[in-house]
Order: sequence, then structure tokens, then C-alpha cells
Amino acid sequence: MTLARRIIPCLDVDAGRVVKGVEFAGLRDMGDPEELAARYNREGADELILLDITASRDGRATFLETVRRVARQLNIPFAAGGGIRRLEDGYAVLRAGADKVTVNTAAVERPELISELAAQFGSQAVVLSMDVKKMNAGWEVFIRGGAESSGRDAAAWAREGVSRGAGEILLTSIDRDGTCSGFDCGLTATIAAKVSVPVIASGGAKTFDDFLAVFGEGQADAALAASIFHTAEHSIGALKTYLAGRGVPVRLSR
Amino acid sequence: MNISIVDYGAGNLPSIERALRSLGAETECVTRPEQIASARALILPGVGHFSAFVAGLRERHLTAALQHAIAGGTPVLGICLGLQAMFSSSAEAPGEPGLDLIHENVHALPADVKSPHIGWNQLRRLRKSILLREIPDDAYFYFAHSYAAAASEPHTAAACDHGFPFAAVLEQGNMMAVQFHPEKSGETGWRVLRNFLEWAQ
Repeated sequence: MTLARRIIPCLDVDAGRVVKGVEFAGLRDMGDPEELAARYNREGADELILLDITASRDGRATFLETVRRVARQLNIPFAAGGGIRRLEDGYAVLRAGADKVTVNTAAVERPELISELAAQFGSQAVVLSMDVKKMNAGWEVFIRGGAESSGRDAAAWAREGVSRGAGEILLTSIDRDGTCSGFDCGLTATIAAKVSVPVIASGGAKTFDDFLAVFGEGQADAALAASIFHTAEHSIGALKTYLAGRGVPVRLSR
Repeated sequence: MNISIVDYGAGNLPSIERALRSLGAETECVTRPEQIASARALILPGVGHFSAFVAGLRERHLTAALQHAIAGGTPVLGICLGLQAMFSSSAEAPGEPGLDLIHENVHALPADVKSPHIGWNQLRRLRKSILLREIPDDAYFYFAHSYAAAASEPHTAAACDHGFPFAAVLEQGNMMAVQFHPEKSGETGWRVLRNFLEWAQ
């Protein structure tokens, strides 16, 4: 009996379409969220994350509609976030059918947001998403889609987030995101050792061995990827079979 | 089959509703004691905080109605916090009484394991189970919780280990409950719901 390592496809959504950026810039259309969600559900994804990358507030209704449409396709858990600033924003995505809500910039600016969401919905429903970049002084948390330094140390912020009630950490390496050079295992292992909650590694996935490494030396509980799944470069089933063959506990579909 | 889903004010009801309807059941979200009294079968779903859950039941005057219905033999399936609420109390909210249908307490997961216990885990069968009928022994189920009830006789049909062996599938007379989320556990989880529907029929 073992808790399986999770494979989580991520859908970055803008105006009702799945898009993909490279190093947090330059968007490319990757398809319809509902179709992709249905495919991942079928292929054995363990979970899904849906992120609203639209900056404008008026895109909110469109995103909630996407959450509702995606929810109808799934019988696995999914998290939704992007632009969650207040308790009501979290409530809206959960009512639309998401199981968890992710918070990022607004939590850095007002950490009480994490406590409020956890008190209302439980820690299992609150994912602290952090975008991290290697600086001279160490790993630093960036906000506004990676555009701005927060001045916060990644490990310290992860610990604070957990103490405020975050139930999972979604840890994205800005340096690796979209580069296809593998997960940042050093960063992931550092954060995983500092917190008591599961860590989802994100940024840089390209090959099956990247996943093997992040579950091994990276100590990740889950690994997230987007473009390699969207383009059907890799099927989730094939990835999991590969990992199972190398001793990683994964849930193989039915 | 008509299923009444107890709506205590939080909880992600749409996903459990959708699953049950896909399996051919008719569902109704119930918020009043008389609806619980007349229910043919009940689902007690739950996410969030134990105290919010019991307070939600209390404010809607559902606590006694649930206790009566379950004592009277109405088939019930508790899910996640819905399982925990069947116990006397929880370490999550000391002093807050649960439904007290099982005279034991719910514990926090210990500090030496990751908490919340989030993700897909397997079960250890302790005896023949109605809810797990025709489900392979090595199947995975989706868990998301920080508290759990210790696996024990006579209620636990299957246990899961995370810090301590806890009740993952509880079956005691007309009272059934699962600590995992069947509505989020893929085809396997939907099979659990189907097994409940067939048994409650």
C-alpha cells in the first residue's frame, strides 16, 4: 500500500482557450479546455490544474464558465486558480466545480488570504502556488506571473503558507518553465524537505526521465506539465508505465 | 433509486450529484429535517472543517433528524468529512459533538507523515465489503484529509495506512462511509457509488 506519485496536466486558460507561454511570455493556442480535460481524464491523469492567466477582471465570468465545463468532464480532482484575491473568488471557483483553489500573487501581498480560505474550505482545498527564480542570494518568490520580485525567500514563504493553512505547494521554477530542460530537482527537494505538505513540482518537464528524477532526487509528491501533454508528445499512460517499471509508485488506469 | 444528498451549506455537491445521476439515480439536495426523515437513502458528503460541518447541520436542525433516520435503518453513505461526522468528536474541533453514531473519536494524522494526506492510495481489506464489490484489491482511491478515524472492529471493512491504520471503508448495518472521495476516484470510485446504490435499493 503506497501513496501514488501524481501526474498532473496543467491547463493555462486565456479567454476560454488553453494557451502555453515560454518562460512566462508569448502565448500560443493549445486547444479547447473541455476536450483536453476529457482526454486527460481518460488517459489516467491523477488530477488537473486549471489556471486563469487572463489579467483582466472582466475575464472572470469566462473563466468560471470554463471551470464549469471542465468539471463536467472529470471524475478526478481538479484545482483552479489565477487571480484569486478574495475569499469570494475562491468560493466562486469551488462552486463552479473545482475541488481546490490555487493562490499566488494575492497571497504574497496579503498572506491572511490563505488563512481565510483554509478556515472556510479546509487546508485540502488550498494550494499555494509559488513562482520561484534563482537569485544570487538564493531562491526567491516572484509575483504577477513571474514579472516582479517579492523579495521573499522561497523556503520561508512555503513554510509561512503552510503554517497559515495551505494544504499543498505548487512550486514552479521560472528558470525552467517552458525550457524543456527538466524539473529543478534541487529547488523541489529543498522545499519538500522544509514543509509538511505535498509538493507539486512544475516547470521544465520534457522527457520521462525528468519525471523519474523529480520523484527521486527531487522528492516531489506530484509533477505537473502542460505542453508535452497538450501536444500529445507524451501520453500520460505511457509515462506512468515507464515510471512504474522503474519503481515509482503510480496509479495505473483500471 | 431516489437519493437525498444532505446539503449543510459547504461541500462540493455538483460532482457527487453528477456521478449519482450518471449511474441512474435521481438526486435531491436536502436542507430540511422532514426531507431527511422521508429519505429512502442518504448521502452525507463533506469537505472543510469539522466544526463548520456540525454547525451547518445544527443551524439547519438536521442533527437529530439524521441521528433518527440512521438509527431507524435508512441507508446512508458518508463521504470524507461525512465519515468523520458519524463519530463522537474530532481532534479538529475539540468539544464540538459529532453525530455520535459511533462512540469513538477522530484523530489528527501524526506529525511524521505528510498532512493533509492528499492523493491516490490503496486499501487493505479487513473483511468482505459491500462497497468494494468487484473492485480489484490493488485499486487506488483519491484521499484529501488531515484527520481520520482509527481502523477498528466492528465498523472498518477496509483500512488505509498513513501515519496510522485508519478507517477507509466503514460498513456497519445501514451505515456506510468512505474516507476517500468516490466521486473523484475515477471509474473505481464510481463503482463504489454504484455498489452503494445497488445495496440501498
